[in-house]
Amino acid sequence: MDFSYTITPIDGLFVLALSLLVGFEVIKNIPAVLHTPLMSGSNAISGIILFGGITQLLTTPIENVWTIAAACLAVLLGTINLAGGFFVTHRMLSMFVVKRKPGKGPKA
Amino acid sequence: MLVLAYLVATVGLVQGLKYMGDPAKAKMGNLVAAAAVLVALVALVAVTEKASTANLLLLLVMMGIGTLIGNIWSNRVAMTAMPQLVSIFNGLGGACALVLGLNQVYGQGTLVEDKLGGSVLLLTNLFGAVAFTGSMIAYWKLDGRKLPRPARTQKLIAQALLGLVVIAFGYYLLSPAEPAHFPVLLLAVSLAALLYGVYFALPVGGADMPVMISLLNALSGVATLMAGLVFHDPVMIIGGILVGATGIILTLQMCVAMNRSLTGVLAGKFSGSGAAQAVGEQELTSITAVETASLLAFSKQVAVVPGYGMAVAQAQRECFALQELLRQQGVDLHFIIHPVAGRMPGHMNVLLAEANIPYSSVKEMSEVNSTMEHYDTVLVIGANDVVNPAAENDPGSPIYGMPIIRAYKAKQVIVMKRSTAKGYSGAVNTLFDRQNCKVLFGDAKASLEEIINELKRI
Repeated sequence: MDFSYTITPIDGLFVLALSLLVGFEVIKNIPAVLHTPLMSGSNAISGIILFGGITQLLTTPIENVWTIAAACLAVLLGTINLAGGFFVTHRMLSMFVVKRKPGKGPKA
Repeated sequence: MLVLAYLVATVGLVQGLKYMGDPAKAKMGNLVAAAAVLVALVALVAVTEKASTANLLLLLVMMGIGTLIGNIWSNRVAMTAMPQLVSIFNGLGGACALVLGLNQVYGQGTLVEDKLGGSVLLLTNLFGAVAFTGSMIAYWKLDGRKLPRPARTQKLIAQALLGLVVIAFGYYLLSPAEPAHFPVLLLAVSLAALLYGVYFALPVGGADMPVMISLLNALSGVATLMAGLVFHDPVMIIGGILVGATGIILTLQMCVAMNRSLTGVLAGKFSGSGAAQAVGEQELTSITAVETASLLAFSKQVAVVPGYGMAVAQAQRECFALQELLRQQGVDLHFIIHPVAGRMPGHMNVLLAEANIPYSSVKEMSEVNSTMEHYDTVLVIGANDVVNPAAENDPGSPIYGMPIIRAYKAKQVIVMKRSTAKGYSGAVNTLFDRQNCKVLFGDAKASLEEIINELKRI
């Protein structure tokens, strides 16, 4: 794994602590209407575990058939999670948006 | 370059999630988050030293197939089956973590640098495995398939498995040097966790699924976080934490909405264990669809309280038709949604949105509960426990203390039911004992259609 930079465990802890704070700050007080899209959206984001598979797949010599096969499997699973999650969230949110346009809601 | 791309991606992820909390910007938020991941992904692929071009080709093929499958599944699924799909996606993410962890040790033969690295790897597989099998069980449950009813021994097995994992961890941390048999240890923990995931999800009841799904979502987020530490990848770490935080917040919100503890939900138990259930058969006053229609026509303010039964009957479009029809006759119809109605957080909102019902007529429980007496007629469609007054005034009831929609305060309540069966909790619904409550038996969709036809005739 030859990255242009690496992070030490201590850096990792910093990232962890800070993003935990950011995470809670960003997500609290979300209206119930958006719970499902938020969940499927964040579910999609957890699909970036795929990055690990990418690293494995790209750095392993192709002769290591089993390792490559396992990495392929991981990439496949991760991609379905990632792409599928974003697609389905998009589809759901599109339903929310469409009906705003007619403007015939009582509030309009 | 990677640093820059990752910076962009991080900002994008946070901003995207933030937008997703705002109804007007949610759609864009999703796109922003997706774009952020894409930027990071391209940068990662570009920067990583490739073993050969064949690797790159293989990667592209795999990702192509994955994207295609994801696209097809997400386009085909019916909106009512959304919770199932989210569970499957979540489970696949967990499986991905599991495969990665095992491959890291078995395939790559990577030696773990130190105890910290080893522990992180163990945790990756632990969370990944539980998220995987847990989500699969959740999927089967949501899909309405019969699963073996958990036996008494099950709790013991679950605890034994958990104990096993803890022992394995303790052994690993306390052993003086890096144990040579780390791979075996990892495999053992993974297998135990896979099995534990099954026992973890099995006892959770259908109506508690919103809690379960968001918890499993949090778990796969934590698995991503752990994998990010294994691969020294900050975007994975940040993404994992964001998902973990979202999942945990939603889980706790659901628990609060039901006034139940997380442990109670996981054990599939209700606090007050059914002492009040000895009550004999209740006398229900029934009403016909025709009578209901005329009642609605003479109302000024009508509210619909939808529950999982509405999703099962696929009656959301009829709800919209009813709303339109009543609006033409000068009757205002609101939808009142309990925080845990349905099988997924916000499930009812999605279904109503699918049927084109405008936002502004969809109310949250807390918005309207103090003014329920303004409603002339309340139609309860496929909901039960969330309108049961026993939650407020009967300390012996299993659901005592759960915040409910005070449908009983309305002038007239009509509950649409398929049978006389009790709600998920098994609590006796004292709403039926009230003077102002009548029951309309039959399939919700068919009943609504009848009401609509009748209203057209009036």
